[in-house]
Amino acid sequence: MIEVKNLHKGFGGTEILKGISTSFDQGKTNLIIGTSGSGKTVFLKCLLGLYSPEEGSICYGNQEYETLSEDEKRDLRQQMGMVFQGSALFDSMTVTENVRFPLEMFTKQSNSEMDDRVNEILKRVNLEGADDKLPSQISGGMQKRVAIARAIVTNPKYLFCDEPNSGLDPKTAIVIDNLIKELTEEFNITTVINTHDMNSVMEIGEKIVFLKNGHLEWEGDKSQIFITDNEAVTDFVYSSNLFKKVREAQLKGL
Amino acid sequence: MYYLHQIGAYFLMIQQVFSRMTKRKVLWKLIIKEVDDLITNSLGIVAFISFFIGAVVAIQTALNLTDPLIPKELIGFASRQSVILEFAPTFISVIMAGKVGSFITSSIGTMRVTEQIDALEVMGINALNYLVFPKIIALFMYPFVIAIAMFLGIFGAYVAAVYGGFVSSNEFMTGLREEFIPFHLVYSFIKTFIFSFLLATIPSFHGFYMKGGALEVGKASTTSFVWTTVVIIVVNYLVTQILLS
Repeated sequence: MIEVKNLHKGFGGTEILKGISTSFDQGKTNLIIGTSGSGKTVFLKCLLGLYSPEEGSICYGNQEYETLSEDEKRDLRQQMGMVFQGSALFDSMTVTENVRFPLEMFTKQSNSEMDDRVNEILKRVNLEGADDKLPSQISGGMQKRVAIARAIVTNPKYLFCDEPNSGLDPKTAIVIDNLIKELTEEFNITTVINTHDMNSVMEIGEKIVFLKNGHLEWEGDKSQIFITDNEAVTDFVYSSNLFKKVREAQLKGL
Repeated sequence: MYYLHQIGAYFLMIQQVFSRMTKRKVLWKLIIKEVDDLITNSLGIVAFISFFIGAVVAIQTALNLTDPLIPKELIGFASRQSVILEFAPTFISVIMAGKVGSFITSSIGTMRVTEQIDALEVMGINALNYLVFPKIIALFMYPFVIAIAMFLGIFGAYVAAVYGGFVSSNEFMTGLREEFIPFHLVYSFIKTFIFSFLLATIPSFHGFYMKGGALEVGKASTTSFVWTTVVIIVVNYLVTQILLS
């Protein structure tokens, strides 16, 4: 579980996050949504420890990040997996080497143990047969799977995803969403996903945090987001023509 | 003020490079890869330039020896001095600032743009140590490149001077051996060693701290070349002043 209390963060005198307090549950897919410029990415980078908050705290289990020593922070980071928006795979490494990388860096496993683990994870994300290919030689959907495999290969406690299905076709996006949800449940990970894709919200949103101008505007689950009377959330949700028409049909009782 | 800030940031980066070391087994692989990228892949261009610049130095010296009282041996002597003292260590380092420096800046800059550096940091890896330290170690091999440049520069001078009909082989070889001061080689390699550190760290600094997208990667490469060259020239002056005057 991750607990955020009164989180403030700004750059160059401009306050981006204005006192966010929320929590993200273990074994659930937690979504941060909001329009562009609402502070989602800054919030996610604060959760990852890439940005230090100016005020407030972030607790991972019973560990408050800012009070930890550098070594403890490093140990904690090794319990985190991250799937970046652009996958952030290492260009010069093959698929296998990318997935194997965290094992080589942080474990004392033998080569055969690492090979077994990499094969197991690649099989789990349905990526058998792409082992020796470079990231530039595989599709965007496959790159996302490699990124997910790399993020979970060390059995992290926390998984963070920054717009994991951006740039993917709707079918592949659903596959990636479902894969993240399955892995979250299977490995009992605290997963936090940064997205503005309403399909993801519909598909996997177990807890949803809605940000607006650096404030936490609303939180709830996917069943509540479509019936809330919060104007900002409604504007966001029904900005999509598809959802708007579904909503109109619902109101007409169709 | 901006430049002071940049200089401070550079030294803080150097401090970070040598802290929180990456696993030795992983570092070893990275060093081997960097030796291949930075040293082995530069040998061709260094050999080519060295040979022809050595040849041009010999021809220029020969063409300017119009006074019959000046011995022809001077061609070998002047070629040796030019190549060992300045051409091989300094001129080649400026060439390397363009070749190796822009490669380092653009590869690290691209990693920054594509969030690969963020990925390393999220994993709890000291990205500066992981990316820059192997380059510094690999460039410890740089004096070997300069030794090759010295040899080929003098060889080019010999070929141009002797086969161009400016001087006999004996005269050239006599001049080559004349008044040889071994400390000049030591001086050359001392400054080469300093240049190798600059070649690894200044381009890394510009790549690591760049902001923006693909266009900025290109700009960072150009800036890195300019600054590496400027620093090499200034350090060359200082080292020469300290060691030779």
